[in-house]
Amino acid sequence: MRIGVFVCHCGSNIAGTVNCAEVAELAKSFPDVVYADDPMYTCAEPGQAAIEAAVREHGLDGVVVASCSPRMHETTFRRTVERAGLNRYMFEMANIREHVSWIGKDREANTNKAAELVEMAVAKLRRDRPLTAKTFDVVKRVLIVGGGVAGIQAALDCAEGGVPVVLVERESTIGGKMAKLDKTFPTVDCSACILGPKMVDVAQHPGITLYACSEIEEVSGYVGNFSVKIRRRATYVDWKKCTGCGMCGEKCPSKKTPDAFNEFTGATTAINIPFPQAIPKKAVINARHCRQLTKGKCGVCAKVCPSGAVDYAMRDNFVTEEVGCIIAATGYDLMDWTIYREYGGGAYPDVITALQYERLLSASGPTGGRIARPSDGREPQTVVFIQCVGSRDNSVGRPHCSGFCCMYTAKQAILTKDHLPLSHSYVFYMDIRAPGKMYDEFSRRAVEEYGAEYIRGRVSAVYPDGLGQYVVMGADTLLGEPVEIKADMVVLAVGIEAAKGASALAEKLCISYDNCGFFMESHVKLKPVETTTAGVFLAGVCQGAKDIPTSVAQGSAAAAKALGLFARDKLENDPQTAQVDIRRCVGCGKCVRCCPFGAVAETEIRGEKKAQIIETVCQGCGLCASTCPQGAVQLAHSTDNQILAEVNALCR
Amino acid sequence: MKEATDIRRRRDAGFIAVVQERSGQNLSACYQCGNCTAGCPAGFVYDRQVHQIMRAAQLGLKDEALDSRAVWLCLACSTCSLRCPNNIDVAAVMETLRHMARRENRVAARKVEKFWFSFLDTVRAFGRAWEIGTMALYMMRSLRVFTDLDLAPEALKKRKFGFRPHTVANGGSGAVTRIFKRYRERAAREGTRP
Amino acid sequence: MNYTYYPGCSAGGSSADYEKSTRAVCAALGMTLADIPDWNCCGSTPAHAVDTELSAALCSRNLDMAARQGVRKLLTPCPSCLSNLRHAAKRMENPQFRARVDELLDNPAAPEFPDVTSVMQGIAAHCGANGIAAHVRGSLSRLTLAPYYGCLMSRPPEVMDFGDPENPLLMENLLAACGANVLNFPLKTACCGASYGIPERRMTARLSARILQLATDMKADAVVAACPLCQMNLDLRQPQAAKAAGARFVMPVLYFTQAMGLAFGLSPDMLGLEKLRVSADALLRKLELPPAPQGSAEGGKPCE
Repeated sequence: MRIGVFVCHCGSNIAGTVNCAEVAELAKSFPDVVYADDPMYTCAEPGQAAIEAAVREHGLDGVVVASCSPRMHETTFRRTVERAGLNRYMFEMANIREHVSWIGKDREANTNKAAELVEMAVAKLRRDRPLTAKTFDVVKRVLIVGGGVAGIQAALDCAEGGVPVVLVERESTIGGKMAKLDKTFPTVDCSACILGPKMVDVAQHPGITLYACSEIEEVSGYVGNFSVKIRRRATYVDWKKCTGCGMCGEKCPSKKTPDAFNEFTGATTAINIPFPQAIPKKAVINARHCRQLTKGKCGVCAKVCPSGAVDYAMRDNFVTEEVGCIIAATGYDLMDWTIYREYGGGAYPDVITALQYERLLSASGPTGGRIARPSDGREPQTVVFIQCVGSRDNSVGRPHCSGFCCMYTAKQAILTKDHLPLSHSYVFYMDIRAPGKMYDEFSRRAVEEYGAEYIRGRVSAVYPDGLGQYVVMGADTLLGEPVEIKADMVVLAVGIEAAKGASALAEKLCISYDNCGFFMESHVKLKPVETTTAGVFLAGVCQGAKDIPTSVAQGSAAAAKALGLFARDKLENDPQTAQVDIRRCVGCGKCVRCCPFGAVAETEIRGEKKAQIIETVCQGCGLCASTCPQGAVQLAHSTDNQILAEVNALCR
Repeated sequence: MKEATDIRRRRDAGFIAVVQERSGQNLSACYQCGNCTAGCPAGFVYDRQVHQIMRAAQLGLKDEALDSRAVWLCLACSTCSLRCPNNIDVAAVMETLRHMARRENRVAARKVEKFWFSFLDTVRAFGRAWEIGTMALYMMRSLRVFTDLDLAPEALKKRKFGFRPHTVANGGSGAVTRIFKRYRERAAREGTRP
Repeated sequence: MNYTYYPGCSAGGSSADYEKSTRAVCAALGMTLADIPDWNCCGSTPAHAVDTELSAALCSRNLDMAARQGVRKLLTPCPSCLSNLRHAAKRMENPQFRARVDELLDNPAAPEFPDVTSVMQGIAAHCGANGIAAHVRGSLSRLTLAPYYGCLMSRPPEVMDFGDPENPLLMENLLAACGANVLNFPLKTACCGASYGIPERRMTARLSARILQLATDMKADAVVAACPLCQMNLDLRQPQAAKAAGARFVMPVLYFTQAMGLAFGLSPDMLGLEKLRVSADALLRKLELPPAPQGSAEGGKPCE
């Protein structure tokens, strides 16, 4: 074999702490290496051209590039060697940047380690053989998890692009957090007015199948061919019959059911439609508060329903959908702010979250849009807003900025003045983060036109003064003094975390998530909507804090990825798959049971049970290879012999 | 007119290092949110607020940090440490600064130190604290004869305070006196102010 | 059951009533308190304010004597003593610090010190969840009480081991077991101004006034304290606080042991109630008990 080695300087990224020329020189002494060089930027056009030239000039039949992570440029160089006439799999990469130059400063040690990694790559390459990809069909349907504004946008864009959409929503209506907002910054337009039409479009689009009150139970398969089992929770109302007339809710006697849509600022009935613009506009029974379901007697809603839709015997049921890709758009929830004992830990009725305040501002909320104290219904004169409660706070393990709180706090201060002209608002802030278009101007308006008093400092404690007001103990760091405000109401800008259950979903989708449950993108800057699992994309706040415009943009971006994927009729697999040596296989079936992708089938050859790999399904994880007691299953390009050769190269 | 502070020239890197080492706290973790000041019960008598002391320490402005009355009036209630969003033990920084100031005889609140010495004198003499004795010594030291005179009638009537000191039996008082003696001797040896 | 006990210096002076009621209540619960013989002052705030090693040396002498007698657990009523003793024990885990402290002592300190806890925790552990109620002879159900721990008992949490540092609930549990109506008192761990009553009176007066004002506004019959210094600031210095705040206060400030003693049917005399500046007679009347022997001096007269 004739192997060429290219040791990349990567500018000073690698050459700064690795003697690349020396590594290249050493490489010339490795078996089968007939050519070695140390280019400045191997991935650049001249660098790639040099590889092609060397392949032709020196008759190379395999190439090793020692540079960055294969996640960065493996595909680049496979194409390079292919252009030079080699099989694209006759290529190996040694990562001497992330694994060497970036993590150590000792030039001699780094140079040695780099040389060893190159030697291992050469040892592996000597046992590689040309591989050819197989093609497989793509199911051109997309599954979107989460019907907030990001998921809605992705669904509409996909459906408009001609791709059928399955939209799964956990709640009984789509709309997500945006549906709960009264107005939106920086234009102060009505949230329901701008989101409503999109929600209706979802309901009416023939290309969109909506499952509300549903959750993802199981995901199997791989890019192009996912199979998703969906749990449709019992709603106790047959939605095919329900017309959304609302008669049931009017007559339901359980009138003290906690109202999740209103963030528990008010009560609702056990059977209800969460809000007038709900999509689907269908009733749902809250089983824990329904008298019929808990005590076995009532049945009022069944009696009054004009279409006979109520069905107390309903059970959860399952549907399975076959799709080619999945977009996760599960959004966020507020962190549990009750750990802040110094703010009452939830025990003070007039210390509420900003989302609860939003419901008080909203005309469809429990007070009909009147700002009233939960404790006594009085209109507040003095409202104190506290920012960064559970954001930028290492002491509660929340180092991140929640992104949009600065802006909605300014909006709420403006709306407070609008609703109650005699009121006075104070905002405790650490920094104002308003980089969006027209954002800073907006937050300045809160101060200059609406008289909101911005105080730069955190609040140490809030407590009731025993006379109906709350003492807010803060600091004005600009004044350099502690300050105290007697407030009628305190609104907390509570930090966000990934939606409840996000980590469980991540595990089903085989994607990663961070400490606060936010899903990890494939590359922070360059692949912000992709994940490390092919065919799974992200949209909206499930990936990290985002406001509405950015969530919508990312919904469209994820849709573009889905449409791009489906622009091809067939996909190619990675041929580095498992292979079975029929002579060694004893048909024990261990590989069949351990494969997470269902890629190993059982077959019979001359009356004997044998394992058979379905190559287009195999993802090359290698579980079967390490499980096989006979060594009959080998992973192409990671065979036992190749791994041993690498170890030998290292230990020699 | 006060000139602008030349923060580059005045930055005392050694001071920052000592404060960090003795308090065990990373000063650069402070992002100046003011939570310490917001919760400090003593802030209203401070000349410089807690977050400003933290800022001075961050910048290595030794005089601003050590000559402040605040480090003497800190009640050590540690509310600041409990609620610091960056897990800084602010009270430990305040205590460190006070110890440093005392050793260098920078005592911005003499009254406070005189009270402490008066208390410790009774402990040194008898092994246990003696409230009336502490008061008498403090009045002498501070020349504030009328301190808490308003409390005297009621305190006397209720026999709140013992007129005779309690000593520790079996040579215990002597043992305590020896602790103080060794403490002073060692301070003298090490050239610091006891 | 026998417990080793560290009374603290104020037990022999300003908080004689705390001492008396603590012993009476513990006796009623079957807890025998035996003092560490020849104990000395922990150094209180002045020692640790001046020098950590001096403070630790004073504490270590006590802990060392207890350890040499084989004591595993030590009770103290005073949060300041508790804080100093626990801090010293924790700091002595550092060998360099220990060496510096040993230089100050007659003999190097014992390698292991007993665990120091508050009398309040001791009572709770001794009686278990339902043990208190069994001793109640006259319920405090007619009293609304504001529990006040002061700033030292629960902070810093890593040293004090007293539950939620913002919201300790132990005293509430004890008082509730005595039948009292216990307020959720937001300033329960706020600072009263500590020993600054002497060198910086206005600070202590204002901080105490804040606590007394809230208790008054929340319509408490009494503040219940656990610390000699807090009790003195809130009770003996109540007129100074009232003056600073420009307010009128008539707020009895009891030790939790005095409140428990009343529920146990112990006589006001056994509980030292006559030592209170702001008379507890109004409370006794509510409980339909006779007034404290010499307690009527300022009964009902507001502090202003």
